[in-house]
Amino acid sequence: MQSQDKLESMREAMDEWERTTLRGALDAWPERYDEFVTTSGEPVKRLFTPDDVAGLDYQRDLGFPGQYPFTRGVHPTMYRGRLWTMRMFAGFGSAEETNERYKYLLAHGETGLSVAFDFPTLYGYDTDHPLAEGEFGKCGVAVSSLADMEILFDGIPVDRITTSMTINGPAAVIWAMYIAAAERRGIPMDALGGTIQNDILKEYIAQKSWLLPPEPSMRLIVDTFEFGSQYLPKWNTISISGYHIREAGSTAAQELAFTLADGLTYVQAAVDRGLDVDTFAPRLSFFFNAHNDLFEEIAKYRAARRIWAREMKERFKARNPRSWWLRFHTQTAGCSLTAQQPENNIVRTTIQALAAVLGGTQSLHTNSMDEALALPSELAARVALRTQQVIAHESGVTNSIDPLAGSYFLESLTNRLEEQAYQYFAKIDAIGGVVPALEQGFFQREIAASAYRYQREIDDHRRVVVGVNEYQMDEPLSIPLLRMDPEGERRQRERLARVRRERDNELLQRRLQALRAAAQGTENLMPYILDAVRANGTLGEVCDVLREVFGEYREPVII
Amino acid sequence: MAQDKIRVLIAKPGLDGHDRGAKVVARALRDAGMEVIYTGLRQTPEMIAEAALQEDVDMVGLSILSGAHMTLVPRVVNLLRAHGLSDVLVFVGGIIPDEDVPELLKIGVTGIYGPGAPLDDIVRDIQREVAAH
Repeated sequence: MQSQDKLESMREAMDEWERTTLRGALDAWPERYDEFVTTSGEPVKRLFTPDDVAGLDYQRDLGFPGQYPFTRGVHPTMYRGRLWTMRMFAGFGSAEETNERYKYLLAHGETGLSVAFDFPTLYGYDTDHPLAEGEFGKCGVAVSSLADMEILFDGIPVDRITTSMTINGPAAVIWAMYIAAAERRGIPMDALGGTIQNDILKEYIAQKSWLLPPEPSMRLIVDTFEFGSQYLPKWNTISISGYHIREAGSTAAQELAFTLADGLTYVQAAVDRGLDVDTFAPRLSFFFNAHNDLFEEIAKYRAARRIWAREMKERFKARNPRSWWLRFHTQTAGCSLTAQQPENNIVRTTIQALAAVLGGTQSLHTNSMDEALALPSELAARVALRTQQVIAHESGVTNSIDPLAGSYFLESLTNRLEEQAYQYFAKIDAIGGVVPALEQGFFQREIAASAYRYQREIDDHRRVVVGVNEYQMDEPLSIPLLRMDPEGERRQRERLARVRRERDNELLQRRLQALRAAAQGTENLMPYILDAVRANGTLGEVCDVLREVFGEYREPVII
Repeated sequence: MAQDKIRVLIAKPGLDGHDRGAKVVARALRDAGMEVIYTGLRQTPEMIAEAALQEDVDMVGLSILSGAHMTLVPRVVNLLRAHGLSDVLVFVGGIIPDEDVPELLKIGVTGIYGPGAPLDDIVRDIQREVAAH
């Protein structure tokens, strides 16, 4: 960026500054720590200068928004044209309660929906399965049947609003229910827009809501890519997710590297099936965490876009520029929130949301202040949504695109994260790819080690967490927590029993048998799953067929 | 029975997939010189009680962040008793609302740890309780 003689002169001036001005200051006031580090434990220098970005080539490394390599954003006008989608992750108790919450959030200016399912649903069990005992509606909404799905979206214009669903192991089944519920309202599937998370690799690595072993899971995912590209052109068939990897304790570099490695693995699997990369790649989407360290996070998003564009263009030879785009959703870091003095979490979430916006996110969920204690109350969720609205309309950061580009520190961090990602790619390749690496526990060990180091830093007071290891207070909890309807589970179980009683069981058995036969062969399973769901097959019943044919995954147990 | 090392079973009951805390605590106890057995995810109360018996542990640590603790913890405690393991201490970690704490203590849980609990406190409490037991 600077001519060679100007750089030389700057270096001399910096030497001079270090010997004189800086030396004097350090002698008088030593710095607070011997080493300053990011949230991920990466050392940070005192000062960054043109010297740190001397190799940066503007057109090669940054370019213009909407142009390769998309470091500055995927859209030419970014938030000047359209703000990010304000998409609050929500779900608890019964479909009725969650439907009410969706309407509340939409009434307060939310612009997209995002469904949180409870654990039984995430694992493909109906509410009345013995393993589901005590779990109903606890971590999200329970959806066992098409009837539940219809209630969940009752009165919501699903042809005009997009819905993201955090569902992985049984993603194809839940997607089929969403499609079938819309059909019953007369809305054709090609009118539906939204996202299924559908990212099984990070389930094995971090979030742990798997169903089947890797091979049949990958087959089902490619089935959804193929089905979506034919029938639901506005649907994102996967959201390749670093969020949960980070929540499990990874560093920013690990989140970036493991997520992109997963993404490249999906693309390879689809290409190996014989799909043309440009038919499905434009519908791939991503999902990242936003942790506390503002610059490290912004750099992570910028590096992600640059790496993905390069790999799609050069490795997979995609020709459609949309295949090069890394579009992503962001959620602020749940793991950064504290149970102590929960109001402080509003501030943490604001900083994290700012990082996502400065990093060019396409959609955003902001966590509520009470999430280290319970699922969000209406009040807490509203404050979190308002946080996005304040950033969007009052902070001024949306006026200029990628406004921190050119910062010596930020560009240097972006380059370093990119280098670290490629170092991890090489390690993963050396093990034989993502699937062998996760079966050997490589990712799990890397993440557990980072999580332990982070907790030790807090315990040893090398890292200050306000209200936890400094500035503590001993006072009773001051915010109201969510109370769920105690009748929700009974209502949902009754509905499930009624669905099983009133449906055409003979028709359903034929459709489940057709699914079983198709699963034993090589056909795309989506049409069979959709038919089973249309005949009111429950989530557990459809998943049981898949479990029966493919078996269940067993994790390597690693501390 | 005289044992040099405190033996601990860290378990994840129910469907909860959040295992960061369980693993961090397991490592801390191991670094503090304890023998730690980690069950992995998706364990039923029956599987946990059986493992406690087989592994002859001094203590069981249950990690639950799903909100299902009021169903799962009493079942583990009762099954431990049924297996003749009423001297095995039970600790619980995770997201446990204040209002549920008295009930859990009443059924015999020894220690309850929420987000932000320092690892050294957990280690010290276990050492003290096992020694006193």
